[in-house]
Amino acid sequence: MAITYTSGEQVEVYRFSIPATVLIPLGAIFLQAFLPLRFHFFSIFDLPLLVTIGFATARRSPLAGLMTGGIIGIIQDALTHHPIGLYGIAKTIVGFGASSLGIKLDVENAGARFLLTIFFYAVHEVVYFLIARGLVGLRMAWSWQHELVSGLANAVLGIFVFMLLDRIKQRT
Amino acid sequence: MESVLGRYRNLIVLVGVLFAQVLGLAVQVKRPTDSEPTRLIRVWAVGTIAPLEKTLAWVQTSTGNLWHNYVYLRGVRAENRNLKAQLEHMSIEQARLSQDADQARRLQALLGFKAQFISQTMAAQVIGASGSELSRSVYIDKGEKDHIKPDMAVITADGIVGKVLRVYRSTSQVLLINDQTSGVGALLDKTRLQGILRGTPTGEAVLEKVMSDETVPAGELVLTSGGDGVFPKGLLVGRVTKVSTGNDLFLNIRVRPAADLSKLEEVLVVTKIDERQTEPDSSGAARAVDILAERLPTVPAKAETTEKGAAAPAAPASTTVVPNVVPKTAATPSGASKISAPPRAPLSGSTPKPQAPASRSSTEAAGAAAQSPAPKAALAPAAKSSSAPDSESGSSDTTPATKTSVKPVVPSPPPPEDSPN
Repeated sequence: MAITYTSGEQVEVYRFSIPATVLIPLGAIFLQAFLPLRFHFFSIFDLPLLVTIGFATARRSPLAGLMTGGIIGIIQDALTHHPIGLYGIAKTIVGFGASSLGIKLDVENAGARFLLTIFFYAVHEVVYFLIARGLVGLRMAWSWQHELVSGLANAVLGIFVFMLLDRIKQRT
Repeated sequence: MESVLGRYRNLIVLVGVLFAQVLGLAVQVKRPTDSEPTRLIRVWAVGTIAPLEKTLAWVQTSTGNLWHNYVYLRGVRAENRNLKAQLEHMSIEQARLSQDADQARRLQALLGFKAQFISQTMAAQVIGASGSELSRSVYIDKGEKDHIKPDMAVITADGIVGKVLRVYRSTSQVLLINDQTSGVGALLDKTRLQGILRGTPTGEAVLEKVMSDETVPAGELVLTSGGDGVFPKGLLVGRVTKVSTGNDLFLNIRVRPAADLSKLEEVLVVTKIDERQTEPDSSGAARAVDILAERLPTVPAKAETTEKGAAAPAAPASTTVVPNVVPKTAATPSGASKISAPPRAPLSGSTPKPQAPASRSSTEAAGAAAQSPAPKAALAPAAKSSSAPDSESGSSDTTPATKTSVKPVVPSPPPPEDSPN
Protein backbone atom coordinates (compact mmCIF):
# COMPACT_ATOMS: atom_id res chain seq x y z
CA MET A 1 0.00 0.00 0.00
CA ALA A 2 1.65 3.20 -1.08
CA ILE A 3 0.29 6.68 -0.80
CA THR A 4 2.78 8.99 -2.39
CA TYR A 5 2.76 12.72 -2.44
CA THR A 6 2.92 13.98 -6.01
CA SER A 7 3.16 17.35 -7.60
CA GLY A 8 0.43 18.68 -9.81
CA GLU A 9 2.44 17.99 -12.94
CA GLN A 10 3.05 14.36 -12.09
CA VAL A 11 -0.55 13.24 -11.71
CA GLU A 12 -2.54 12.15 -14.67
CA VAL A 13 -5.91 13.71 -15.28
CA TYR A 14 -8.71 11.66 -16.81
CA ARG A 15 -12.05 12.43 -18.24
CA PHE A 16 -15.22 10.51 -18.92
CA SER A 17 -17.39 10.49 -22.02
CA ILE A 18 -20.70 12.32 -21.77
CA PRO A 19 -22.81 9.12 -21.78
CA ALA A 20 -20.63 7.70 -19.00
CA THR A 21 -20.86 10.97 -17.05
CA VAL A 22 -24.64 10.85 -17.18
CA LEU A 23 -25.42 7.16 -17.10
CA ILE A 24 -23.00 5.96 -14.43
CA PRO A 25 -24.29 8.26 -11.66
CA LEU A 26 -27.88 7.57 -12.72
CA GLY A 27 -27.19 3.85 -12.71
CA ALA A 28 -25.68 4.10 -9.26
CA ILE A 29 -28.69 6.01 -7.93
CA PHE A 30 -31.04 3.55 -9.57
CA LEU A 31 -29.27 0.53 -8.08
CA GLN A 32 -29.18 2.22 -4.70
CA ALA A 33 -32.96 2.61 -4.84
CA PHE A 34 -33.73 -0.76 -6.36
CA LEU A 35 -31.40 -3.31 -4.79
CA PRO A 36 -32.12 -2.76 -1.07
CA LEU A 37 -35.71 -3.89 -1.70
CA ARG A 38 -34.50 -7.23 -3.01
CA PHE A 39 -31.31 -7.56 -0.94
CA HIS A 40 -31.77 -5.78 2.32
CA PHE A 41 -28.08 -5.87 3.26
CA PHE A 42 -27.35 -3.64 0.28
CA SER A 43 -28.72 -0.66 2.17
CA ILE A 44 -25.40 -0.30 4.02
CA PHE A 45 -23.71 0.63 0.75
CA ASP A 46 -23.75 4.08 -0.76
CA LEU A 47 -23.09 3.57 -4.45
CA PRO A 48 -23.64 7.23 -5.40
CA LEU A 49 -20.96 8.18 -2.87
CA LEU A 50 -18.51 5.72 -4.38
CA VAL A 51 -19.19 7.07 -7.86
CA THR A 52 -18.71 10.62 -6.58
CA ILE A 53 -15.32 9.72 -5.09
CA GLY A 54 -14.35 7.74 -8.19
CA PHE A 55 -15.19 10.56 -10.60
CA ALA A 56 -13.56 13.18 -8.41
CA THR A 57 -10.28 11.35 -7.96
CA ALA A 58 -10.03 10.52 -11.65
CA ARG A 59 -10.78 14.00 -12.93
CA ARG A 60 -8.77 15.76 -10.26
CA SER A 61 -10.70 18.95 -10.78
CA PRO A 62 -12.25 20.39 -7.59
CA LEU A 63 -14.87 22.27 -9.57
CA ALA A 64 -15.94 19.18 -11.50
CA GLY A 65 -15.81 17.17 -8.30
CA LEU A 66 -18.06 19.45 -6.30
CA MET A 67 -20.53 19.85 -9.15
CA THR A 68 -20.71 16.10 -9.73
CA GLY A 69 -21.13 15.44 -6.03
CA GLY A 70 -23.73 18.16 -5.69
CA ILE A 71 -25.86 16.93 -8.58
CA ILE A 72 -25.66 13.29 -7.55
CA GLY A 73 -26.56 14.24 -3.99
CA ILE A 74 -29.52 16.36 -5.03
CA ILE A 75 -30.95 13.58 -7.19
CA GLN A 76 -30.48 11.17 -4.31
CA ASP A 77 -32.25 13.63 -2.03
CA ALA A 78 -35.14 13.91 -4.45
CA LEU A 79 -35.92 10.22 -3.99
CA THR A 80 -36.15 10.50 -0.23
CA HIS A 81 -38.89 12.29 1.67
CA HIS A 82 -36.44 14.59 3.43
CA PRO A 83 -35.69 18.13 2.27
CA ILE A 84 -33.44 18.36 -0.78
CA GLY A 85 -29.89 19.32 0.08
CA LEU A 86 -28.88 16.89 2.81
CA TYR A 87 -27.06 14.50 0.51
CA GLY A 88 -26.38 17.41 -1.83
CA ILE A 89 -24.25 19.29 0.68
CA ALA A 90 -22.50 16.18 1.99
CA LYS A 91 -21.57 14.95 -1.49
CA THR A 92 -20.54 18.42 -2.64
CA ILE A 93 -17.98 18.50 0.15
CA VAL A 94 -16.86 14.93 -0.58
CA GLY A 95 -16.52 15.63 -4.31
CA PHE A 96 -14.48 18.75 -3.63
CA GLY A 97 -12.32 17.02 -1.04
CA ALA A 98 -11.70 13.88 -3.07
CA SER A 99 -10.65 15.79 -6.17
CA SER A 100 -8.44 18.13 -4.14
CA LEU A 101 -6.80 15.16 -2.48
CA GLY A 102 -6.51 13.38 -5.80
CA ILE A 103 -4.28 16.19 -7.05
CA LYS A 104 -1.87 15.74 -4.18
CA LEU A 105 -1.94 11.98 -3.65
CA ASP A 106 -1.53 9.02 -5.89
CA VAL A 107 -4.78 7.19 -5.54
CA GLU A 108 -4.30 4.67 -8.29
CA ASN A 109 -3.66 1.66 -6.13
CA ALA A 110 -6.21 -0.38 -4.24
CA GLY A 111 -4.85 0.34 -0.76
CA ALA A 112 -4.98 4.07 -1.22
CA ARG A 113 -8.47 3.83 -2.60
CA PHE A 114 -9.55 1.71 0.35
CA LEU A 115 -8.33 4.29 2.86
CA LEU A 116 -9.62 7.17 0.80
CA THR A 117 -13.09 5.65 0.67
CA ILE A 118 -13.22 5.03 4.41
CA PHE A 119 -12.09 8.57 5.07
CA PHE A 120 -14.62 10.19 2.76
CA TYR A 121 -17.37 7.89 3.90
CA ALA A 122 -16.77 9.16 7.43
CA VAL A 123 -16.71 12.77 6.22
CA HIS A 124 -19.96 12.20 4.35
CA GLU A 125 -21.70 10.67 7.34
CA VAL A 126 -20.54 13.35 9.74
CA VAL A 127 -21.61 16.17 7.44
CA TYR A 128 -24.96 14.53 6.81
CA PHE A 129 -25.51 13.93 10.51
CA LEU A 130 -24.70 17.52 11.42
CA ILE A 131 -26.90 19.04 8.75
CA ALA A 132 -29.81 16.68 9.35
CA ARG A 133 -29.73 17.25 13.05
CA GLY A 134 -28.67 20.87 13.18
CA LEU A 135 -30.45 22.39 10.21
CA VAL A 136 -33.41 20.16 9.53
CA GLY A 137 -34.07 18.92 13.05
CA LEU A 138 -34.28 15.23 12.24
CA ARG A 139 -33.87 12.77 15.06
CA MET A 140 -30.62 11.01 14.26
CA ALA A 141 -28.91 8.11 15.93
CA TRP A 142 -25.18 7.75 15.62
CA SER A 143 -23.82 4.25 15.95
CA TRP A 144 -20.05 3.83 15.78
CA GLN A 145 -20.39 0.15 15.11
CA HIS A 146 -22.77 0.65 12.24
CA GLU A 147 -20.65 3.40 10.73
CA LEU A 148 -17.51 1.32 10.99
CA VAL A 149 -19.08 -1.71 9.32
CA SER A 150 -20.62 0.47 6.63
CA GLY A 151 -17.34 2.29 6.07
CA LEU A 152 -15.44 -0.96 5.61
CA ALA A 153 -18.12 -2.45 3.38
CA ASN A 154 -18.16 0.65 1.20
CA ALA A 155 -14.38 0.70 1.01
CA VAL A 156 -14.31 -2.89 -0.21
CA LEU A 157 -17.01 -2.26 -2.76
CA GLY A 158 -15.27 0.97 -3.71
CA ILE A 159 -12.20 -0.91 -4.90
CA PHE A 160 -14.33 -2.76 -7.44
CA VAL A 161 -16.25 0.32 -8.47
CA PHE A 162 -13.01 2.23 -9.05
CA MET A 163 -11.65 -0.66 -11.10
CA LEU A 164 -14.77 -0.45 -13.24
CA LEU A 165 -14.34 3.28 -13.65
CA ASP A 166 -10.68 2.74 -14.60
CA ARG A 167 -11.86 0.86 -17.65
CA ILE A 168 -14.14 3.67 -18.74
CA LYS A 169 -12.03 6.73 -18.03
CA GLN A 170 -10.05 8.30 -20.83
CA ARG A 171 -6.71 9.98 -20.58
CA THR A 172 -6.83 13.67 -21.48
CA MET B 1 -8.00 41.23 -6.66
CA GLU B 2 -8.17 39.12 -9.77
CA SER B 3 -5.29 37.02 -8.60
CA VAL B 4 -7.02 36.41 -5.29
CA LEU B 5 -10.22 35.37 -7.05
CA GLY B 6 -8.26 33.14 -9.39
CA ARG B 7 -6.29 31.60 -6.58
CA TYR B 8 -9.31 30.84 -4.40
CA ARG B 9 -11.71 30.24 -7.25
CA ASN B 10 -12.44 26.63 -6.30
CA LEU B 11 -13.00 27.50 -2.68
CA ILE B 12 -15.28 30.40 -3.58
CA VAL B 13 -17.36 28.18 -5.85
CA LEU B 14 -17.55 25.56 -3.11
CA VAL B 15 -18.76 28.10 -0.58
CA GLY B 16 -21.27 29.46 -3.09
CA VAL B 17 -22.69 26.05 -3.90
CA LEU B 18 -22.91 25.10 -0.24
CA PHE B 19 -24.53 28.40 0.63
CA ALA B 20 -27.14 27.95 -2.09
CA GLN B 21 -27.97 24.47 -0.84
CA VAL B 22 -28.17 25.55 2.79
CA LEU B 23 -30.47 28.37 1.74
CA GLY B 24 -32.60 25.90 -0.17
CA LEU B 25 -32.77 23.66 2.86
CA ALA B 26 -33.84 26.54 5.06
CA VAL B 27 -36.64 27.43 2.65
CA GLN B 28 -37.88 23.84 2.56
CA VAL B 29 -37.83 23.49 6.32
CA LYS B 30 -39.70 26.74 6.76
CA ARG B 31 -42.40 26.14 4.16
CA PRO B 32 -45.13 23.58 4.62
CA THR B 33 -45.10 20.43 2.56
CA ASP B 34 -48.17 21.45 0.54
CA SER B 35 -46.45 24.29 -1.27
CA GLU B 36 -43.39 22.23 -1.96
CA PRO B 37 -40.77 24.33 -3.74
CA THR B 38 -38.75 21.29 -4.75
CA ARG B 39 -41.61 19.52 -6.46
CA LEU B 40 -40.06 19.93 -9.90
CA ILE B 41 -36.73 18.39 -8.90
CA ARG B 42 -38.51 15.47 -7.32
CA VAL B 43 -40.73 14.94 -10.34
CA TRP B 44 -37.70 14.91 -12.63
CA ALA B 45 -35.72 12.57 -10.42
CA VAL B 46 -38.59 10.16 -9.92
CA GLY B 47 -39.53 10.44 -13.59
CA THR B 48 -36.01 9.37 -14.53
CA ILE B 49 -35.54 6.55 -12.07
CA ALA B 50 -39.06 5.10 -11.81
CA PRO B 51 -39.37 3.79 -15.40
CA LEU B 52 -36.19 1.79 -14.93
CA GLU B 53 -37.45 0.43 -11.66
CA LYS B 54 -40.81 -0.43 -13.17
CA THR B 55 -39.19 -2.27 -16.04
CA LEU B 56 -36.90 -4.26 -13.79
CA ALA B 57 -39.71 -5.02 -11.36
CA TRP B 58 -41.84 -6.23 -14.26
CA VAL B 59 -39.05 -8.46 -15.56
CA GLN B 60 -38.48 -9.84 -12.09
CA THR B 61 -42.17 -10.52 -11.51
CA SER B 62 -42.63 -12.13 -14.91
CA THR B 63 -39.64 -14.39 -14.40
CA GLY B 64 -40.84 -15.26 -10.93
CA ASN B 65 -44.33 -16.04 -12.19
CA LEU B 66 -42.95 -18.22 -14.96
CA TRP B 67 -40.96 -20.18 -12.45
CA HIS B 68 -43.66 -20.48 -9.83
CA ASN B 69 -46.61 -21.10 -12.16
CA TYR B 70 -45.03 -23.53 -14.58
CA VAL B 71 -41.73 -24.91 -13.42
CA TYR B 72 -41.89 -25.11 -9.69
CA LEU B 73 -45.05 -27.15 -9.22
CA ARG B 74 -43.53 -29.91 -7.14
CA GLY B 75 -45.51 -30.65 -4.03
CA VAL B 76 -48.64 -28.90 -5.20
CA ARG B 77 -50.86 -31.94 -4.65
CA ALA B 78 -49.75 -32.36 -1.08
CA GLU B 79 -50.16 -28.68 -0.50
CA ASN B 80 -53.62 -28.80 -2.03
CA ARG B 81 -54.58 -31.62 0.31
CA ASN B 82 -53.37 -29.69 3.30
CA LEU B 83 -55.18 -26.58 2.19
CA LYS B 84 -58.43 -28.48 1.79
CA ALA B 85 -58.15 -29.83 5.29
CA GLN B 86 -57.36 -26.35 6.48
CA LEU B 87 -60.37 -25.00 4.62
CA GLU B 88 -62.70 -27.44 6.34
CA HIS B 89 -61.32 -26.44 9.66
CA MET B 90 -61.67 -22.80 8.80
CA SER B 91 -65.27 -23.11 7.70
CA ILE B 92 -66.19 -24.56 11.06
CA GLU B 93 -64.35 -21.75 12.72
CA GLN B 94 -66.04 -19.24 10.43
CA ALA B 95 -69.49 -20.43 11.41
CA ARG B 96 -68.65 -19.83 15.03
CA LEU B 97 -67.11 -16.47 14.38
CA SER B 98 -69.97 -15.25 12.25
CA GLN B 99 -72.34 -15.78 15.14
CA ASP B 100 -70.08 -13.75 17.37
CA ALA B 101 -69.81 -11.09 14.71
CA ASP B 102 -73.56 -10.88 14.33
CA GLN B 103 -73.92 -10.48 18.02
CA ALA B 104 -71.29 -7.78 18.08
CA ARG B 105 -72.99 -5.94 15.23
CA ARG B 106 -76.26 -5.95 17.06
CA LEU B 107 -74.65 -4.56 20.16
CA GLN B 108 -72.88 -1.91 18.11
CA ALA B 109 -76.15 -0.96 16.50
CA LEU B 110 -77.72 -0.58 19.89
CA LEU B 111 -74.93 1.77 20.90
CA GLY B 112 -75.19 3.81 17.73
CA PHE B 113 -71.63 2.77 16.92
CA LYS B 114 -70.09 4.16 13.76
CA ALA B 115 -67.50 1.95 12.18
CA GLN B 116 -65.11 2.46 9.32
CA PHE B 117 -64.93 -0.09 6.59
CA ILE B 118 -62.38 -0.49 3.85
CA SER B 119 -64.62 -0.50 0.85
CA GLN B 120 -62.13 -0.21 -1.97
CA THR B 121 -58.48 -1.07 -2.38
CA MET B 122 -56.04 -1.05 -5.25
CA ALA B 123 -53.20 -3.52 -5.61
CA ALA B 124 -49.83 -1.96 -6.34
CA GLN B 125 -46.35 -3.26 -6.84
CA VAL B 126 -43.41 -1.88 -4.91
CA ILE B 127 -40.85 -0.85 -7.49
CA GLY B 128 -38.17 0.92 -5.51
CA ALA B 129 -36.99 2.41 -2.26
CA SER B 130 -35.64 5.80 -1.34
CA GLY B 131 -32.07 4.56 -1.43
CA SER B 132 -31.32 5.93 2.00
CA GLU B 133 -31.29 4.15 5.34
CA LEU B 134 -32.54 7.31 6.97
CA SER B 135 -35.56 7.72 4.74
CA ARG B 136 -37.77 4.69 5.06
CA SER B 137 -40.06 5.07 2.11
CA VAL B 138 -40.84 3.05 -0.98
CA TYR B 139 -42.25 3.74 -4.41
CA ILE B 140 -45.27 1.96 -5.84
CA ASP B 141 -46.33 1.69 -9.46
CA LYS B 142 -49.64 3.50 -9.03
CA GLY B 143 -50.04 7.24 -9.10
CA GLU B 144 -52.23 10.16 -10.02
CA LYS B 145 -53.66 8.49 -13.08
CA ASP B 146 -54.83 5.63 -10.89
CA HIS B 147 -56.58 8.11 -8.57
CA ILE B 148 -54.11 7.65 -5.76
CA LYS B 149 -54.08 10.55 -3.34
CA PRO B 150 -51.81 11.60 -0.49
CA ASP B 151 -52.59 10.19 2.95
CA MET B 152 -54.18 7.02 1.66
CA ALA B 153 -53.42 4.00 3.80
CA VAL B 154 -51.19 1.28 2.40
CA ILE B 155 -51.55 -2.23 3.78
CA THR B 156 -50.74 -5.86 3.08
CA ALA B 157 -52.53 -9.00 4.10
CA ASP B 158 -50.21 -9.21 7.10
CA GLY B 159 -50.66 -5.70 8.42
CA ILE B 160 -50.33 -2.03 7.74
CA VAL B 161 -47.38 -0.70 5.77
CA GLY B 162 -47.60 3.07 5.68
CA LYS B 163 -49.33 5.94 3.97
CA VAL B 164 -49.05 7.63 0.61
CA LEU B 165 -46.84 10.68 1.00
CA ARG B 166 -46.31 12.09 -2.48
CA VAL B 167 -48.15 11.27 -5.66
CA TYR B 168 -46.62 11.53 -9.11
CA ARG B 169 -48.11 10.79 -12.49
CA SER B 170 -47.67 7.02 -12.44
CA THR B 171 -45.89 6.39 -9.17
CA SER B 172 -46.34 7.28 -5.54
CA GLN B 173 -44.07 7.53 -2.56
CA VAL B 174 -45.18 5.61 0.51
CA LEU B 175 -43.88 6.53 3.93
CA LEU B 176 -43.36 3.38 5.97
CA ILE B 177 -44.57 3.12 9.54
CA ASN B 178 -41.03 2.56 10.83
CA ASP B 179 -39.78 5.88 9.54
CA GLN B 180 -38.98 8.37 12.25
CA THR B 181 -41.30 10.99 10.77
CA SER B 182 -44.34 8.74 10.64
CA GLY B 183 -47.00 8.39 13.30
CA VAL B 184 -49.85 5.91 13.53
CA GLY B 185 -52.66 5.93 16.06
CA ALA B 186 -52.49 2.51 17.68
CA LEU B 187 -54.02 0.54 20.51
CA LEU B 188 -53.14 -2.63 22.29
CA ASP B 189 -55.47 -5.49 21.55
CA LYS B 190 -56.22 -6.81 25.04
CA THR B 191 -55.48 -3.94 27.35
CA ARG B 192 -57.04 -1.41 24.92
CA LEU B 193 -54.38 1.14 25.79
CA GLN B 194 -53.89 3.76 23.12
CA GLY B 195 -50.65 5.27 21.92
CA ILE B 196 -48.78 6.54 18.91
CA LEU B 197 -46.61 4.24 16.87
CA ARG B 198 -43.46 5.95 15.64
CA GLY B 199 -40.36 4.84 13.84
CA THR B 200 -36.90 5.27 15.26
CA PRO B 201 -33.76 6.42 13.43
CA THR B 202 -32.64 2.79 13.39
CA GLY B 203 -35.81 1.61 11.68
CA GLU B 204 -37.61 0.07 14.63
CA ALA B 205 -41.19 0.86 15.61
CA VAL B 206 -42.05 2.12 19.07
CA LEU B 207 -45.42 2.63 20.70
CA GLU B 208 -45.30 5.93 22.55
CA LYS B 209 -47.50 7.71 25.04
CA VAL B 210 -48.50 4.70 27.11
CA MET B 211 -48.20 5.57 30.78
CA SER B 212 -45.52 3.76 32.71
CA ASP B 213 -47.93 2.57 35.40
CA GLU B 214 -49.71 0.37 32.87
CA THR B 215 -48.85 -3.28 32.36
CA VAL B 216 -48.19 -4.33 28.81
CA PRO B 217 -47.20 -7.93 28.22
CA ALA B 218 -44.75 -8.81 25.49
CA GLY B 219 -46.40 -10.54 22.59
CA GLU B 220 -49.58 -8.50 22.72
CA LEU B 221 -51.03 -7.47 19.39
CA VAL B 222 -51.05 -3.84 18.34
CA LEU B 223 -53.93 -2.61 16.19
CA THR B 224 -54.76 0.67 14.54
CA SER B 225 -56.98 2.89 16.64
CA GLY B 226 -58.36 4.91 13.76
CA GLY B 227 -57.42 8.12 15.50
CA ASP B 228 -54.94 9.26 12.89
CA GLY B 229 -57.54 9.64 10.17
CA VAL B 230 -55.50 7.50 7.80
CA PHE B 231 -55.97 3.91 8.90
CA PRO B 232 -59.38 2.53 9.79
CA LYS B 233 -59.68 1.05 13.23
CA GLY B 234 -58.75 -2.54 13.91
CA LEU B 235 -56.04 -3.24 11.33
CA LEU B 236 -53.11 -5.27 12.55
CA VAL B 237 -49.98 -3.22 13.14
CA GLY B 238 -47.67 -5.67 14.82
CA ARG B 239 -46.74 -7.35 18.04
CA VAL B 240 -45.10 -6.04 21.19
CA THR B 241 -41.57 -7.43 21.48
CA LYS B 242 -40.10 -5.58 24.42
CA VAL B 243 -41.42 -3.32 27.12
CA SER B 244 -39.20 -1.17 29.28
CA THR B 245 -39.56 1.93 31.38
CA GLY B 246 -38.75 5.07 29.50
CA ASN B 247 -37.01 8.17 30.73
CA ASP B 248 -40.22 10.08 31.24
CA LEU B 249 -43.64 9.01 32.39
CA PHE B 250 -44.20 6.72 29.46
CA LEU B 251 -43.32 3.15 28.65
CA ASN B 252 -40.89 2.28 25.93
CA ILE B 253 -42.74 -0.36 23.92
CA ARG B 254 -40.95 -1.93 20.99
CA VAL B 255 -43.22 -3.27 18.29
CA ARG B 256 -42.36 -5.60 15.48
CA PRO B 257 -44.48 -4.67 12.45
CA ALA B 258 -46.68 -7.51 11.23
CA ALA B 259 -45.87 -6.73 7.61
CA ASP B 260 -42.27 -7.38 6.63
CA LEU B 261 -41.29 -3.86 5.69
CA SER B 262 -37.91 -4.88 4.36
CA LYS B 263 -39.33 -7.28 1.81
CA LEU B 264 -42.33 -5.56 0.36
CA GLU B 265 -43.41 -6.64 -3.09
CA GLU B 266 -47.13 -6.10 -3.43
CA VAL B 267 -49.27 -3.82 -1.32
CA LEU B 268 -52.87 -2.64 -1.24
CA VAL B 269 -53.69 1.05 -1.30
CA VAL B 270 -56.92 1.78 0.52
CA THR B 271 -58.66 4.08 -1.91
CA LYS B 272 -62.00 4.30 -0.16
CA ILE B 273 -63.08 4.05 3.43
CA ASP B 274 -66.76 4.08 4.32
CA GLU B 275 -68.00 5.21 7.64
CA ARG B 276 -71.43 4.04 8.56
CA GLN B 277 -73.41 3.09 11.54
CA THR B 278 -73.41 -0.59 12.19
CA GLU B 279 -76.69 -2.17 11.31
CA PRO B 280 -77.74 -5.64 12.12
CA ASP B 281 -78.85 -7.87 9.30
CA SER B 282 -82.40 -7.50 8.11
CA SER B 283 -83.23 -10.59 10.04
CA GLY B 284 -81.13 -9.50 12.93
CA ALA B 285 -84.01 -8.90 15.29
CA ALA B 286 -84.77 -12.52 15.29
CA ARG B 287 -81.30 -13.87 15.23
CA ALA B 288 -80.36 -12.98 18.74
CA VAL B 289 -83.20 -15.06 19.90
CA ASP B 290 -82.45 -17.70 17.33
CA ILE B 291 -79.11 -18.17 18.91
CA LEU B 292 -80.58 -18.05 22.34
CA ALA B 293 -83.28 -20.46 21.38
CA GLU B 294 -80.81 -22.94 20.05
CA ARG B 295 -79.16 -23.01 23.41
CA LEU B 296 -82.34 -23.60 25.32
CA PRO B 297 -83.96 -26.98 25.83
CA THR B 298 -86.39 -27.91 23.12
CA VAL B 299 -90.01 -28.73 23.50
CA PRO B 300 -91.10 -31.82 21.68
CA ALA B 301 -93.64 -31.11 19.02
CA LYS B 302 -97.13 -32.30 19.33
CA ALA B 303 -97.92 -35.28 17.30
CA GLU B 304 -100.64 -33.59 15.29
CA THR B 305 -98.51 -30.60 14.64
CA THR B 306 -95.76 -32.78 13.41
CA GLU B 307 -98.12 -34.56 11.16
CA LYS B 308 -99.37 -31.38 9.69
CA GLY B 309 -95.88 -30.17 9.37
CA ALA B 310 -94.92 -33.33 7.65
CA ALA B 311 -97.84 -33.06 5.37
CA ALA B 312 -96.84 -29.63 4.45
CA PRO B 313 -93.78 -29.60 2.34
CA ALA B 314 -91.39 -26.80 2.85
CA ALA B 315 -92.82 -24.48 0.33
CA PRO B 316 -91.52 -20.96 0.27
CA ALA B 317 -93.48 -19.24 2.93
CA SER B 318 -93.01 -15.82 1.52
CA THR B 319 -94.82 -16.64 -1.63
CA THR B 320 -97.60 -18.69 -0.25
CA VAL B 321 -98.55 -16.94 2.90
CA VAL B 322 -99.28 -13.47 1.84
CA PRO B 323 -102.40 -13.95 -0.33
CA ASN B 324 -104.07 -16.09 2.23
CA VAL B 325 -103.58 -13.81 5.09
CA VAL B 326 -104.67 -10.62 3.51
CA PRO B 327 -108.21 -10.71 4.75
CA LYS B 328 -107.09 -11.04 8.29
CA THR B 329 -104.65 -8.20 8.11
CA ALA B 330 -107.27 -5.57 8.27
CA ALA B 331 -108.61 -6.96 11.42
CA THR B 332 -105.27 -7.20 13.05
CA PRO B 333 -103.16 -4.38 14.35
CA SER B 334 -100.22 -3.96 12.09
CA GLY B 335 -97.68 -4.20 14.81
CA ALA B 336 -99.10 -7.33 16.15
CA SER B 337 -97.21 -9.56 13.86
CA LYS B 338 -93.98 -8.34 15.24
CA ILE B 339 -94.76 -8.85 18.81
CA SER B 340 -96.71 -11.97 18.62
CA ALA B 341 -95.85 -15.55 18.38
CA PRO B 342 -97.69 -18.71 18.02
CA PRO B 343 -98.46 -19.94 21.45
CA ARG B 344 -96.64 -23.11 20.63
CA ALA B 345 -94.14 -22.17 18.15
CA PRO B 346 -92.04 -24.89 18.43
CA LEU B 347 -91.17 -26.95 15.63
CA SER B 348 -87.73 -28.05 15.25
CA GLY B 349 -85.80 -28.91 12.20
CA SER B 350 -87.50 -26.43 9.99
CA THR B 351 -86.04 -23.86 7.69
CA PRO B 352 -85.66 -20.64 9.48
CA LYS B 353 -84.05 -17.93 7.48
CA PRO B 354 -85.96 -18.01 4.24
CA GLN B 355 -89.08 -17.47 6.25
CA ALA B 356 -88.02 -14.28 7.75
CA PRO B 357 -89.32 -11.87 5.14
CA ALA B 358 -92.62 -13.56 5.00
CA SER B 359 -93.01 -13.37 8.69
CA ARG B 360 -93.08 -9.63 8.70
CA SER B 361 -95.99 -9.37 6.35
CA SER B 362 -97.93 -12.15 7.76
CA THR B 363 -100.79 -11.61 10.07
CA GLU B 364 -101.68 -15.16 10.70
CA ALA B 365 -99.50 -15.28 13.66
CA ALA B 366 -100.87 -12.01 14.77
CA GLY B 367 -104.24 -13.50 14.78
CA ALA B 368 -102.94 -16.34 16.75
CA ALA B 369 -101.24 -13.99 19.09
CA ALA B 370 -104.47 -12.26 19.69
CA GLN B 371 -105.83 -15.52 20.88
CA SER B 372 -102.98 -16.47 23.11
CA PRO B 373 -100.30 -14.17 24.35
CA ALA B 374 -96.82 -15.40 23.79
CA PRO B 375 -94.14 -15.50 26.39
CA LYS B 376 -91.42 -12.93 26.09
CA ALA B 377 -88.80 -15.34 24.97
CA ALA B 378 -90.82 -16.18 21.97
CA LEU B 379 -91.36 -12.68 20.72
CA ALA B 380 -88.49 -12.41 18.41
CA PRO B 381 -88.77 -15.74 16.74
CA ALA B 382 -92.35 -15.04 16.17
CA ALA B 383 -91.58 -11.74 14.68
CA LYS B 384 -89.20 -13.36 12.34
CA SER B 385 -91.34 -16.25 11.40
CA SER B 386 -94.73 -15.10 12.34
CA SER B 387 -95.99 -16.29 9.03
CA ALA B 388 -96.00 -19.65 10.61
CA PRO B 389 -99.57 -20.20 11.42
CA ASP B 390 -100.32 -21.84 14.56
CA SER B 391 -101.68 -25.25 14.31
CA GLU B 392 -104.64 -24.03 16.28
CA SER B 393 -105.25 -20.86 14.46
CA GLY B 394 -107.24 -22.44 11.77
CA SER B 395 -105.26 -20.97 8.99
CA SER B 396 -102.86 -23.78 8.58
CA ASP B 397 -104.90 -25.39 5.91
CA THR B 398 -104.50 -22.52 3.66
CA THR B 399 -100.83 -22.07 4.26
CA PRO B 400 -99.35 -25.41 4.70
CA ALA B 401 -95.84 -24.32 4.10
CA THR B 402 -95.80 -22.17 7.12
CA LYS B 403 -96.17 -25.14 9.32
CA THR B 404 -92.50 -25.76 9.14
CA SER B 405 -91.38 -22.25 9.07
CA VAL B 406 -90.33 -21.64 12.63
CA LYS B 407 -86.91 -22.78 13.40
CA PRO B 408 -86.14 -21.52 16.83
CA VAL B 409 -87.42 -23.74 19.44
CA VAL B 410 -88.48 -21.55 22.25
CA PRO B 411 -90.05 -22.94 25.31
CA SER B 412 -93.49 -21.55 25.47
CA PRO B 413 -95.79 -22.46 28.26
CA PRO B 414 -96.86 -25.85 27.16
CA PRO B 415 -100.05 -27.46 28.16
CA PRO B 416 -99.63 -30.09 30.80
CA GLU B 417 -99.82 -32.91 28.35
CA ASP B 418 -96.97 -31.48 26.31
CA SER B 419 -94.63 -31.34 29.16
CA PRO B 420 -91.47 -33.25 28.42
CA ASN B 421 -91.55 -34.66 31.84
